[in-house]
Amino acid sequence: MKAYLILEDGTTFCGTCVGAPAEVIAEIVFNTSMTGYLEILTDPSYCGQAVVFTYPLIGNYGICFDDMESKNIWPKAMIARGISDIPSNFRSENTLPNLLKRYHIPAISGIDTRALTKHLRTAGTMNGMITTKEYLPDDLPKILAKIRGYKVTDGVRLTTAKEAEEFAPTGPSIGKRVALYDMGEKENILRSLRARGITVKNFPATASAKEILAYKPDGIMISNGPGDPKDNFHVIKELKEIYASDIPVFAICLGHQLMALATGADTYKLPYGHRGANHPVKDLETGRVYITSQNHGYAVDMKTVDPKIAVAAYENVNDKTNEGLRYVGRNILTVQFHPEASPGPKDTEGLFDRFVEMMEA
Amino acid sequence: MLDRSIKKVLVIGSGPIVIGQAAEFDYAGTQACKALREEGVEVVLLNSNPATIMTDKDVADHVYIEPLSVEVAMKVIEQEKPDSLLATLGGQAGLNMAMALSERGFLETHNVRLIGTGTEGIKKAEDRLLFKETMAKIGEPVAASEVVSSLEDGVAAAARIGYPVVLRPAYTLGGAGGGIAENEEQCRTILENGLRLSRVHEVLVERCIAGWKEIEYEVMRDHAGNVITVCSMENIDPVGVHTGDSVVVAPTQTLADKEYQMLRSAALNIIQELKIEGGCNVQFALDPESFEYCVIEVNPRVSRSSALASKATGYPIAKVAAKIALGYTLDEIKNAVTGKTYACFEPALDYCVVKMPRLPFDKFVTADHHLSTQMKATGEVMAISSCFEGALMKAMRSLEQHVDALLSYDYSAVDDNALRQMISDTDDRRIWTIAEAMRRGMSGYEIHMLTKIDEWFIKKIGNLLDMEQRLSTEPMSVQLLRAAKHMEYPDGVIAKLSGMTEDEVYAMRMENKITAGFKMVDTCAAEFDAMTPYYYSDYSVENEALPEDTGKKKVLILGSGPIRIGQGIEFDFCSVHSTWAFAKEGYETIIINNNPETVSTDFDTADKLYFEPLTAEDVRNVVELEHPDGAVVQFGGQTAIKLSQQLRGMGVKILGTAPEDVDAAEDRERFDEVLRKTGIRRPEGHTVFTEEEARKAAAELGYPVLVRPSYVLGGQGMQIAINDQDVTEYIRQINRIAQEHPILVDKYIRGTELEIDAICDGQDILIPGIMEHIERTGIHSGDSISVYPAQSISQKAKETLLRYTGLLARELHVIGMINIQFIAKDDDVYIIEVNPRSSRTVPYISKVTGIPIVALATSVICGHTIRELGYTPGLQPEAGYYAIKMPVFSFEKIRGADISLGPEMKSTGECLGISTDFGEALYKAFLGAGVELPHYYKMVITVKDEDKEDIVPIAKRFADIGYKIYATRGTYEALQKGGVACEKTRKVEEESPNILDLVLGHELDIVIDTPRDGAKNHRDGFLIRRNAVETGVNVLTAIDTAQALVTSLENRKKDLCIVDITKLSR
Repeated sequence: MKAYLILEDGTTFCGTCVGAPAEVIAEIVFNTSMTGYLEILTDPSYCGQAVVFTYPLIGNYGICFDDMESKNIWPKAMIARGISDIPSNFRSENTLPNLLKRYHIPAISGIDTRALTKHLRTAGTMNGMITTKEYLPDDLPKILAKIRGYKVTDGVRLTTAKEAEEFAPTGPSIGKRVALYDMGEKENILRSLRARGITVKNFPATASAKEILAYKPDGIMISNGPGDPKDNFHVIKELKEIYASDIPVFAICLGHQLMALATGADTYKLPYGHRGANHPVKDLETGRVYITSQNHGYAVDMKTVDPKIAVAAYENVNDKTNEGLRYVGRNILTVQFHPEASPGPKDTEGLFDRFVEMMEA
Repeated sequence: MLDRSIKKVLVIGSGPIVIGQAAEFDYAGTQACKALREEGVEVVLLNSNPATIMTDKDVADHVYIEPLSVEVAMKVIEQEKPDSLLATLGGQAGLNMAMALSERGFLETHNVRLIGTGTEGIKKAEDRLLFKETMAKIGEPVAASEVVSSLEDGVAAAARIGYPVVLRPAYTLGGAGGGIAENEEQCRTILENGLRLSRVHEVLVERCIAGWKEIEYEVMRDHAGNVITVCSMENIDPVGVHTGDSVVVAPTQTLADKEYQMLRSAALNIIQELKIEGGCNVQFALDPESFEYCVIEVNPRVSRSSALASKATGYPIAKVAAKIALGYTLDEIKNAVTGKTYACFEPALDYCVVKMPRLPFDKFVTADHHLSTQMKATGEVMAISSCFEGALMKAMRSLEQHVDALLSYDYSAVDDNALRQMISDTDDRRIWTIAEAMRRGMSGYEIHMLTKIDEWFIKKIGNLLDMEQRLSTEPMSVQLLRAAKHMEYPDGVIAKLSGMTEDEVYAMRMENKITAGFKMVDTCAAEFDAMTPYYYSDYSVENEALPEDTGKKKVLILGSGPIRIGQGIEFDFCSVHSTWAFAKEGYETIIINNNPETVSTDFDTADKLYFEPLTAEDVRNVVELEHPDGAVVQFGGQTAIKLSQQLRGMGVKILGTAPEDVDAAEDRERFDEVLRKTGIRRPEGHTVFTEEEARKAAAELGYPVLVRPSYVLGGQGMQIAINDQDVTEYIRQINRIAQEHPILVDKYIRGTELEIDAICDGQDILIPGIMEHIERTGIHSGDSISVYPAQSISQKAKETLLRYTGLLARELHVIGMINIQFIAKDDDVYIIEVNPRSSRTVPYISKVTGIPIVALATSVICGHTIRELGYTPGLQPEAGYYAIKMPVFSFEKIRGADISLGPEMKSTGECLGISTDFGEALYKAFLGAGVELPHYYKMVITVKDEDKEDIVPIAKRFADIGYKIYATRGTYEALQKGGVACEKTRKVEEESPNILDLVLGHELDIVIDTPRDGAKNHRDGFLIRRNAVETGVNVLTAIDTAQALVTSLENRKKDLCIVDITKLSR
């Protein structure tokens, strides 16, 4: 069956329908990782988006359920040059096309993803419709208006945990408790903390600072999550209180942006975001560069950060955008990239150890 | 930051091309030298290989084409006083040299710093024991192993390690005496034999990881500790097949992110510990059924794999490594491809890359075709596509082995059991035998169990077979055609399968716009805007390679494809120099080539690079896009020449000598016509098609005769026949290789062989020099020792030769290069061969005469005259020194290959000996080729009857140096009669102790064994020659080579005079 991708500027790509034959509208973003498609598909930060894989052979190693980063598939659709139904890996339990069908995710294969990526890079991230219907030229203006009208909203509400839950450490206990403020977290944040002997209590994004502080955590972790950070009024308000407390805070991605917003800085939308496993980030204190996993469409505007409140801790080597903040006089470190990797390089996983040190200090 | 105290750097190259150390080091070295000079650093280069681009005076400031011996390196350091040494770019040869210099304390006393990775790191990677300790320290697993020297110790070690175990006797070449033991009984048998064969009576007992996945990472580190991965690669063949012989795919395909990151982290962990500064290759074995892995090997330098990784990703590893050595950190080095981002990132690929090895079994028909841990490939091809199937199809046809699809070899006569056996014995045809088995219904799982090749790859082959089936059964449709082209089925194969003609397939494609588009290799999967003009083709995609109107004329330069015996790195040298010369002439340059090891496929060599197979269809895709003003074919060897007619059919003008004139030189009858017109003599001969005609021709000419196919390079299939039986056998051999061209039968004349390369502008002729071969006729020119200037030629013969050259060049309307080989017998001159194109000797003769032959030829092709270019036509004044080109062989690597020299070329590389003294030049040439003698002062001589007279004075000279000579009966008698002291030894077929025991005694320096001509006679000495070469003995099969060697040894001295060729004055 044929499937189409119609972008909001009218550009249309035609391919083959591989997943569920549903029609969806989503924000179209591309990811340049060459491995980790299941981790990407189950990353809640993709809620409301459709992912274009620039690597042309997706599905090669099938589905290893252990690699899921949440219990759901979050992108509304996936787009690839080739989707393989020949899985080969000792852990594989199913094929990617089967998984997509089971979760009712439409997917298109056989389109020129490089041309699409170049288009998104030059014209900027835009919305698009994935459909198996063949629209007539007369219908197009109406359809395009509908596509343009789409915005990713409610991402955090959809992806955060429904209720608080405590998790015992998986490594030898170090007697520390961390409150994980869940904005749509990737499982590996939780796994990374528990593996370090930490007891973790997961709080939904609807929780208040009071509830979190009442847990008497040794540290607070703010997770990644989807959407425009500025949409999260409630969390931003609560974070002000958390900032004021003296508890060590470590935040990733959306968590990083929210803490910046809570302390008076501003965020902005990047032209086409950073999504991949090869982004160089410089530790501004040591000068060392790390290869990081990234997935974000927004960034903290350094011009709006009050140097009395926070200083840049990390910077992107390619486009010099902010990749992390160290809060002055506070035990708070926030990063834009993903030290929990999954997928991607584990070069910065030591930051979780640093978080432990922050709590022990 | 740039370390400004580094002002003058010595770079050591990798020496002659041998199997396992090929053109990739010229690519790396050239790129590094350019990177160093960009920073204002003065570069001193030492490399014995004159065929390389890195030894050009344009590439380095001081160039020593001298033997890679420690003594020579010390001499260079004393003379040039460099402050630094960069050793990680010259392969294992360069690295070993640097370590030797360091260990002697020579670097320290001469204030030379080793830049790039330090000695500690190199030692930790190279020393087996230190490596094990280092890996244990950082918790990286290696396959458990123990060295044992007795049977009982061995059995105990095997029990500790756990069966199966691999047993590897120490110091036996080619893994002789080793094997895999599944249980104690097998272990005892193999150990017993292995301990006996090992010179030091030691056997390594190692855990068997054969069958695991072999995964490689190319990684980089700077002095600040920043680490990145450039590329991951997955070998399709499991552990047990050398990665150089394996089909390799990039990036890895069957690893989930968990496994990928696990190995990536391990690789980075290792280079942190080794404190690598530059590039490094890490090889892993990964259990396909678990997360268990072992580190197989770490190469703390650039390598064949790093060249492949550079071409596969666009990331210039050698260049970045050189900058790191100068003190830069990765984040300070610009990504030359995007011009915007930095070298501190990991390339993202949005395509699939397949590398296939070019194996030399077409040259060594009798050799063992099995693939194992000893590399046998002479070269490789790379192909890029958006799917694995497409990349595999493109790689296959890039090999130039008459292979264009999975049906190219016919196994229909092989029964199922035999086929199963063929599949489990991994050999060079495994892709095709697997395909045949699948056609017969064998399951992917069954093939996987037999081969341990991951089922993903097997099923992809299955996809190609499904297409084969569809094309031959379904009616042709646009959809089917589109799908076939996406998998890169060539038009010719589609036509054959579907019953259409090739023209019909092409017409249908044009009608339905099923044409190739070109995509860019940009390091970043289109995330950033990139400027690199490096492209590959793909179907059903938007074309990115938009020709720009630069107002310049466009020239298409066809490369020479994979390195193989007969068509080596020399042709890449010529292609690259021609490209540079065209650029100087104001042309926009476009290269098509498929060899990842070369300088020609570096992204900044030409204005545009198309990484494509060199077949007519693939070239046409580029032509239809670029519409070049002309194409040049005379620099890319036979690969390019073969495409001339087809290029013309596409409407492309061939620049330089016209295709019909090229044809006139190759076509026997037309060439005879040329000779008749010019009155030039050649050995009498006939063109034949059948065995019968051949025998008739031979009878007419009288034996011995030369038999060879026309249209070949490197004398492939050429043989000297002494009787009818030989003729029959050779003709059958020739016809086994697909042969559309006639066969030539010539009278064999024994004389001195001479060779020239000349440039003709249509009027005048420039001859840089005359080369003379040390071996008499009958040995391929590429395997002969070549001397410039010619020594023994008479004045009259020389005049005749020059006159003939002029006549031929003009009669063939040569514009550009011509190569001619002659035989001189006293004052008579005969012509053997004319090639109106660039030849193997061009780089060598360019360097030693200081005449930039390729650049001049290119200017001539562009319309300039020799006089305009400032040269006086005719033979150029002879140099005041001797320059000797020595062939280098890789025989010890190809089990079962006959090493005796003949009309078919067998050498893989060459080195140079240059001096004002002939003897010293000869000594240097032998030394450069690895002949470090004398050692044991013992030798064996066994020569054919015709040589018995000539051998006496030679043997006497060896004896005078101090050699103890052993000789077989006939030779012994001849030597005794000639008054040379020697000892008699029995022949192989006689009872022991015989000549074979002498060879296996590991105490011989030299074996001189000149086999009698003819098929049967060659086989007699085969066993001796093979055993000798595998135990590291120097084997000479021509009497003239023996004479040259003794002259060389008489002139040996420790204190060699070294020559900076940039200072040679013409």
